Amino acid sequence: MSAAKNINITLKIWRQKNAKAKGQIETYKLNNVSTASSFLEMLDQLNEQLINEKKEPVAFDHDCREGICGMCSLYINGRAHGPDTGTTTCQLHMRKFNDGDTIYIEPWRSKAFPVVKDLVVDRSAFDRIQQAGGFVSVNTSGRTIDANAIPVPKHDADRAFEAAACIGCGACVATCKNGSAMLFVGAKVSQYALLPQGKVEATQRVLNMVRQMDEEGFGNCTNTGACEVECPKGISLENIARMNREYLKASLK
Amino acid sequence: MAKSALLKSSLAKKYWMALTGLFLCLFLAGHLAGNLQLIFSDASAFNKYALFMTSNPAVKILSYLTYFSILFHAFDGFLLTYQNIKARPIGYAKNNPSKNSSFSSRNMAVLGTLILVFIVTHMVNFWAKMHFDKNMPLQTITVEQMGQKMDYYVTTDNGKFYPADASQLEQMGLEIRNRTEFYNKQANVKMAEGYKDLHKITVAFFKNSKFGLIATLAYVLAMFVLAFHLWHGFQSAFQSMGLNHPRYTPFIKGFGKAFAVLVPLLFAIIPVYIHFFLK
Repeated sequence: MSAAKNINITLKIWRQKNAKAKGQIETYKLNNVSTASSFLEMLDQLNEQLINEKKEPVAFDHDCREGICGMCSLYINGRAHGPDTGTTTCQLHMRKFNDGDTIYIEPWRSKAFPVVKDLVVDRSAFDRIQQAGGFVSVNTSGRTIDANAIPVPKHDADRAFEAAACIGCGACVATCKNGSAMLFVGAKVSQYALLPQGKVEATQRVLNMVRQMDEEGFGNCTNTGACEVECPKGISLENIARMNREYLKASLK
Repeated sequence: MAKSALLKSSLAKKYWMALTGLFLCLFLAGHLAGNLQLIFSDASAFNKYALFMTSNPAVKILSYLTYFSILFHAFDGFLLTYQNIKARPIGYAKNNPSKNSSFSSRNMAVLGTLILVFIVTHMVNFWAKMHFDKNMPLQTITVEQMGQKMDYYVTTDNGKFYPADASQLEQMGLEIRNRTEFYNKQANVKMAEGYKDLHKITVAFFKNSKFGLIATLAYVLAMFVLAFHLWHGFQSAFQSMGLNHPRYTPFIKGFGKAFAVLVPLLFAIIPVYIHFFLK
């Protein structure tokens, strides 16, 4: 890998005071950005510059900065989590950009993810979907049995684990031309439907989660497959198919 | 709960989209087989087939199912598109969808609308003429008798001659009722049925000196649109119905792409053949 160097970039960032305000794209020049810095560090650098200029810093979501919490979002140059595949925004580095580049940074765009401020969106719609059925009811009165006591076929366990890798970041919704949340819901439905512990409530779960998804105002899946490509965790479209199957089965019951 | 879920929910709309779409794929295959007779068969066989397709009760049921599927597929598509547009009130200033999805998959609504327009014009040009046009000609053949050329109707009554000349027909005590039925006037008995000459109408349509070329080109263009629609639609229907399996999906996708190329290609060859090569 070539040694780090400093680049000068132009940023076009969505600025919006609050949920009700009308936002717009604003342009910022940022010089001496190290290509060794991460994308979020670059934004930190911009904010420092803005604070020094006595301007409002750009609000953006972040937490773990190691690709597992699902907090960071950002639609970078027309792609969710930026140009890399299989990574979150916090895992994106400035070495992916060149001197003189113009970088567009926008929030996730979805009716169900309203902008809170600047690049921060409210993703609690995902929480409500999860609350509608994304759990297994267990009696926790003290006589719980070891989960490993129930045999699970390796194949199913692997598929469930892959589905459970979903961090709920919302890139699928952001990138879908229909603003559909079906990859997220598909992953959450699959994660439980594949395991014996989850089968007990499978019927109600899929009906309730899909109903909640529709109520939140997400769009409808048209199988473009964009979500699968942009998902930082590589959640497969097979999970949407599994949800479709589960739902059909549940509806006919 | 379950019942309303199968009608209203987002997933239900996908199921209906998929089912009607796949049924329409079957229809395309059947329609293509019929059309290919324009190249590989003669006018008589084609017109016989056309009569069968407009009179057989089983075909009638299938045709109503087809009309319903087209209308429902279109209506459901419009509804889904409307909801999908509503799901993103503010779009992106910069978007790069070609990095993660195919042209076909992103433009199903536009492609579908174009196909709907094509279907309507296509039905006006052929289906409506076949069903409702009072001037739809009956198929005739020319027979040379003693150095004289005479036209006769081709009818279901094989072997019997029904002269195409109105006065001669009258002399024989025959008249045509309901546009195709030959009746013995005196006995009030139906003798035979003539064949509407859909073959002649079709050939004339694409060979028309003024509009034949435009019609042919428009038809070919419509088949391109259909190919793009099927390119995504065929395999998408299986995914919507929940059929995604590492063992079968590659085959479904491969078959779908072959179907998307071959079926519109064969459809398009027919008017090209009629316009440029048919004598």
